[in-house]
Amino acid sequence: MNSYLTILVGGLLVNNFVMNKFLGICPFLGVSKKFDTALGMGLAVTFVMTLASFVTWIVEHYLLVPFDLVYMKTIAFILVIAVLVQVVEMALKKMSPSLYQSLGVYLPLITTNCAVLGVAILNSDLAYNLLESTLNGCCAALGFTLAMLLFACIRERLSLSKMPKWMDGFPGALITAGLMAVAFAGFGGLIK
Amino acid sequence: MANEKKGFFSTFLNGLIWENPTFTLMLGMCPTLAITTAASNGIGMGLATTFVLVCSNLFISLLRKAIPDKIRIPAFIVVIASFVTILEMILKAYLPDLSASLGMYIPLIVVNCIIFARAEAFAFKNGPVASIADGLGMGLGFTCAITILSCIRELLGAGTIFGAQIMPESYQPMGIMLNVPGGFVTLGLLLALVNAIKNMAAKKSAAKKEELA
Repeated sequence: MNSYLTILVGGLLVNNFVMNKFLGICPFLGVSKKFDTALGMGLAVTFVMTLASFVTWIVEHYLLVPFDLVYMKTIAFILVIAVLVQVVEMALKKMSPSLYQSLGVYLPLITTNCAVLGVAILNSDLAYNLLESTLNGCCAALGFTLAMLLFACIRERLSLSKMPKWMDGFPGALITAGLMAVAFAGFGGLIK
Repeated sequence: MANEKKGFFSTFLNGLIWENPTFTLMLGMCPTLAITTAASNGIGMGLATTFVLVCSNLFISLLRKAIPDKIRIPAFIVVIASFVTILEMILKAYLPDLSASLGMYIPLIVVNCIIFARAEAFAFKNGPVASIADGLGMGLGFTCAITILSCIRELLGAGTIFGAQIMPESYQPMGIMLNVPGGFVTLGLLLALVNAIKNMAAKKSAAKKEELA
């Protein structure tokens, strides 16, 4: 059980995807201007990443390994993710239009979110089993959401403050993210 | 802009300087921040991305009449992922050190937004020669940007550039520059510098126009 707890704490805080591994920086900087959009993106990513970890594990162990196609891993994974995003989009549209309304815009963007492909490759590099992979995907995505929400809150305040013209926008946001990363580095000792 | 017929060289310069993917388009941030801890990593990653970008731009531009509009995104993904797989194998075979230090960021070139954005915005609408120019310009622009970034981080964080000792022996390396916060802050300050230079240039040209008028 200890290892599951390690994955949980690791994904959420210690090895936070954004603050420690530099994965998913594009949506982190791109859609974090408002709290609501950040929340929508976070939820959509969590959903897709959990599913993607599950499906890519099955694809790897029941398709790629038996047929000796491991060198096709990158292509297979990205295709699985693209298909998955498409399926999720269609399913949401059909089954829950209200949820689709709030998440729909973010779904196509997720295909090129490196956090999703990143977690699939990481799971396979670390040789996690099915349960561990899925849990890792879910926790890493929740960690991503957490970092995004915190960042969005800060940026909402930041947009009201007076900044020098050359610091406005991305430079200011990046330095804020740097300071947040210092705070997250404080979790470093929790594991190991 | 993209529809205008432009020369090979001006398309190349456009990617290298005026629309530099890192400093003006803010694309491909993940590798920019993640692997810029040593100058050799920066240049390796930059050239690897350039290789994939040029090949995928060329192929997509050649196939642009054959790919139906509706399924262009999956088609782009397959083309890009194939070239990344080729690159992965080449690096593993001939440059194992670089391959080991870039690690999982090599397969992640697939989802580098620069490559995707150029396929969508440029290669799908332009001929093969212009697309190669665009790929080379954008790729080398990216390479320059991340090499500068990684030189700064390596110099301050380890006192070296490309592994050669630059700072005097008494220099105390700032470990934080090699960690995550250093990456964010260095890129933020670099962008602020680029913005400041741009503002100054804009002011100068505005002043010139006033003088003329």
